[in-house]
Amino acid sequence: MKKITGNQLFVKALIAEGVDHIFAYPGGYAIDVFDALYKAEPDTDIEIVLPRHEQGLIHEADGYARSTGNVGVCLVTSGPGATNLVTGIATANYDSVPIVCFTGQVSLPLIGNDAFQEVDIVGCTRNIAKWVITVRDRKDLGRIIKEAFYIARTGKPGVVVVDLPKDVMATLGDDHYPEEVSIRGYKPNKNVNIRQLNRAVGMLYKAKNPLFLVGGGVKIANAHKEMRKFAEITGVPVVSTVMGIGVMPTDHPLFMGNAGMHGRYSANMAISECDVLFSIGTRFSDRITGELGAFAPNAKIIHIDIDTAAISKNVTVNVPIVGDAKIALTELVEIVKDKEPVATAGAFADRIREWNKECPLTLPASEKGVNPQKIFETANELLKDAIVVTDVGQHQMWATQFTTMESETRQFITSGGLGTMGFGIPAAIGACMGNRDTKVVCFSGDGGAQMNIQEMATAVQEETPIIICILNNQYLGMVRQMQDLFYDRRFASTCLCRRRSCQYTCKGPGPDCPPYTPDFVKLAESYGAKGIRVTNEDQIAPAFEAAMKEDKLPTIIEFMIDADRLVLPMVQSGKALDDMILEG
Amino acid sequence: MGEMKKRYISLFVENRCGVLARIAGLFSGKSYNLQSLTVGETDDPTMSRMTITTISDDVTFEQIKKQLNRMVEVIKVMDYTAVPIRMKEALFIKIKGMSEAEKNEVFQVANVFRYRVVDYGKNSMIIESFHTEGKNTNIINFFKDKFGNRVEVVRGGSVAIESISIVER
Repeated sequence: MKKITGNQLFVKALIAEGVDHIFAYPGGYAIDVFDALYKAEPDTDIEIVLPRHEQGLIHEADGYARSTGNVGVCLVTSGPGATNLVTGIATANYDSVPIVCFTGQVSLPLIGNDAFQEVDIVGCTRNIAKWVITVRDRKDLGRIIKEAFYIARTGKPGVVVVDLPKDVMATLGDDHYPEEVSIRGYKPNKNVNIRQLNRAVGMLYKAKNPLFLVGGGVKIANAHKEMRKFAEITGVPVVSTVMGIGVMPTDHPLFMGNAGMHGRYSANMAISECDVLFSIGTRFSDRITGELGAFAPNAKIIHIDIDTAAISKNVTVNVPIVGDAKIALTELVEIVKDKEPVATAGAFADRIREWNKECPLTLPASEKGVNPQKIFETANELLKDAIVVTDVGQHQMWATQFTTMESETRQFITSGGLGTMGFGIPAAIGACMGNRDTKVVCFSGDGGAQMNIQEMATAVQEETPIIICILNNQYLGMVRQMQDLFYDRRFASTCLCRRRSCQYTCKGPGPDCPPYTPDFVKLAESYGAKGIRVTNEDQIAPAFEAAMKEDKLPTIIEFMIDADRLVLPMVQSGKALDDMILEG
Repeated sequence: MGEMKKRYISLFVENRCGVLARIAGLFSGKSYNLQSLTVGETDDPTMSRMTITTISDDVTFEQIKKQLNRMVEVIKVMDYTAVPIRMKEALFIKIKGMSEAEKNEVFQVANVFRYRVVDYGKNSMIIESFHTEGKNTNIINFFKDKFGNRVEVVRGGSVAIESISIVER
């Protein structure tokens, strides 16, 4: 048997797993792995991406993984390299994104000695990842890497951290990389209880006001088609969570929009008035339920989820069904395929449409700045096939409200669970790398954009022609909105223009405000990217058109937005879902 | 939500570095009560067995079991709350500054509480008890009443096994 080092086996494992991109930042305790990758370069097709910061790195792997369905692979050094991943690990794990993070580590005898760049990364990430492990013996390396990929992508996908001590990786050993995995404590559920599904269908057909609520689980299971079919046969209207955007095309007659904190009025009313809520792949987060006691008060609830722990965690359900959304929906379509639509479903769908007419989603026309709705509408029109990536904040919620999802290639990628500012730009870069034939448009705020702005260099060097739309209102808009509505306009620490000499009581912005820093157009140019500023609505389409002409260079389009704009409707945290703020 | 009560879990886990931290971290991270946790190797050296005591309501307890179950390192979760089990806890009490009369009394009541005197000095002694948590609590209360801050208590946390015909918990 041939003996190879751990580093060589690592490269062999990546090839066996079909990895085509790794997002990697070197350092003292990862240098040998990089050297092994370098030497293997002629025999592999792995693209090694060098970002500018490990947080950007993992969000790039995240965007790549969400948009391709492949496992995202990160490789960083020990200590700060590893700790810089932490926010990204929590972000990806929260949204069930398959990622394997390999972290360099000091040699085994040094662990515990407070060695230079030693950090217990496995201890740091234990509670925020799906699985974490240190390889302590060279003979376990192959098995652990195999298990890491398997655990990351199966069941409810998530993040796995594999810590690689330098001496273990340098040790010669077996060159075998296993093909099979068997973990006695981890057997993802491949079955679904047919009796429960029949019970659920029975309940659905007895309903007066039946409603589907689809979440991100349906997207992860790639069960879009099955979900559409199930809705079409039963005729039952569908609302979605933010993570479920794109399961139903937005122009589908049965799709009623997104529900939740900033959901459509009609969608929230539908949940509040339905009598059977058939939910698939959602964990009933507080952003979708509002006050738990008042959530879907009249409804019997059916819940399909792959995670047993998600069932009856927040909302007590009447029919619990554990299983993969695709397997469950395929069976459900089979059960209902010869049935008529649910008799009352059409009338309930009409009622929801009436609610939508009473209170449609629309932003008032602008006196100051650009109307955000116009930006999204123009992007929908000009970039209807593009993958949409967002950062976190007001722009994100507008994106959930106004983005149309009609094309097959369209995807909506957002940090829904953790709500990580700084996610947008790197995630868009990763999505672009995984989908070179599809345009990628990123929406960000001026706050979030600055949290990983250094990745502009990665975007330029990796030739990702992403279109970064920065909706600049000079404030941390989402927090400011809450200060506006609930804190008597005390804008504590939300102005991004504020100078030391400014009055802290400022209710701005006003004509005397200092200039914004940075100048995003000049910043884009300094990175060798394209920068365009849009101050009125006539400039929106030409800006997009100019950006779309680029096939290698990223473009920042900075849209000047009025700071007083609110995202509405809004369900105040802890209030009932039908208790919506509709006017500012 | 159901009433708050004491519940018991017996857990098979991988006998590996970091597993205990992961289980304990789940309880602290999710604000679950953890009364006691004991762990030891099984007949299979790759596996450990834990006995966990927690005070919780029905809904939280269901979550605890599900959350444990979904952990990669957890091999099997068994709810011992309502099944016939045999459950015992080790307890040591050291008493200091004792008079002759006090020492005699401790010997005298040993039969009542069914503890053993296992070490003895001029004015101190150690007793050992292997009983259910409830009985041990009674013994501790007795000694604290009697000797106040002169006692030193070491409790081991319960270990449990499913019983064949005799239940003790």
